[in-house]
Amino acid sequence: MQIIQPHYHAIARTAQDYERMAMSGVVAVAEPAFWAGFDRRYPETFIDYFRQISEFEPTRAAQYGIRHFCWVAVNPKEAEDPVLTREVLKHFPEFLSKATCLGVGETGLHKSTANECDALAAHVELAIRHDQLVLIHTPHLADKAHGTRRVLEVLAGLNVSPERIWIDHVEEQTIRPCLDAGYWVGMTLYPITKCSPKRAVDMIEKYGTERILVNSSADWGPSDPFTLQECILEYRRRGYSVQDAIELFHNNPCRFLGQNPKFDISPIRIESIEKELV
Amino acid sequence: MKMLNPQQVIETYFLENRHMLLELAAFLDRYEVAVARQGEHAADEKKLAVICQAIEVLSRTGSDTPRVEQLLELFAAV
Repeated sequence: MQIIQPHYHAIARTAQDYERMAMSGVVAVAEPAFWAGFDRRYPETFIDYFRQISEFEPTRAAQYGIRHFCWVAVNPKEAEDPVLTREVLKHFPEFLSKATCLGVGETGLHKSTANECDALAAHVELAIRHDQLVLIHTPHLADKAHGTRRVLEVLAGLNVSPERIWIDHVEEQTIRPCLDAGYWVGMTLYPITKCSPKRAVDMIEKYGTERILVNSSADWGPSDPFTLQECILEYRRRGYSVQDAIELFHNNPCRFLGQNPKFDISPIRIESIEKELV
Repeated sequence: MKMLNPQQVIETYFLENRHMLLELAAFLDRYEVAVARQGEHAADEKKLAVICQAIEVLSRTGSDTPRVEQLLELFAAV
C-alpha cells in the first residue's frame, strides 16, 4: 500500500528510517520546520536549516525512492523572540519559491503568549500574501485546549481560506471546533505523549475522513515514524478496505498538499484486472 | 544502590501512566459507541466487568496487598 507521511522531521532521523519507510510503502514525506531542541540565536542559523530541508534532504530521501517536501517557519518555541522572528520572515520568499517547499509551517503556539500569537498572525499573513498553504502546530499536553482556542481566535481575525490551513496535533477535546470552522486537521501519533493509533481510528470513526490527516511522530525526541503504519493496521483490523486506507493515508495528504501544484502526487485507486486479461 | 524518591517516581512515570489511562478511557468509550451503534450490549461482558473492578481497585488506598497482586487475582477470573 502506498503511504504519505505528511509530518516528518527528517533531519533528526537516520537513513535507516528512509529505508524502512520505503520498504513499507512510504512514497513521500513532508518536513515542517521545527525546533532544534535549543533556541537558535541567529537568523542565519534558520536560513541554513531551511537550505538543509529544501535542498539537501530531498537528495537523501531520493536514494530510497521517497519524495521529500518541506515547509518553512519560525517554530512557536522560538517565536517568543519577535526581533529574530521578523528577521527570519524576511527570507521566506526565497524559500517559498523552492521546488519542494509547500508553504508556511509549522507555525502556531507553544505557551500561547502575546509574542507567539503575533508571530502566528505574521506567518499566516505572509502566507496569504504569497498564496501559500499553512501548517499550524497546537500546544502539547496541559495547554492543548486553551492553545487551540487561541489559534482559532487568531485565524478568525485574518482573511484566511480555511481549506488551505491544516491545524495539527488535534485530540479528542480539540478536533471538533477545528473541523467545524472548515480547517483540515492532523492527528499526530506519538508513543506516549499525544494521540495513539487506536484513539486516532476512534476519532476517524466518529468524525469521518474528510479533511483529516494522520501523521506519525518523527523527531529527535521519543518518537516513532512507524506509528503511522500501526494506525493503518488498526484501521484495517476494524474492517476497512485497502482502498479506504489509501483514501486516508495517501489520498487525503494528496488532496491537502496538492493544493500547492509543487506537490504533484495524485490520489490513487486500486483497480481489479479483468479475468480475461490475467 | 540509590532508589527513586517519591517525587522522582511521579515525574519519571507520569506521562506513560497518563498514556495508559487515556488508552483505557478510549477502550471504554469505544465499547459504549459500539453498543450504541449495535443497539445492544455484548452477550458476555465478564471481561469488561473485571476491567471496571480493576479501576476501582486502583483508586483504593490502605490495602496490605499491592494493587498489582489484586489485579492479577482479578484478571485470573476471566
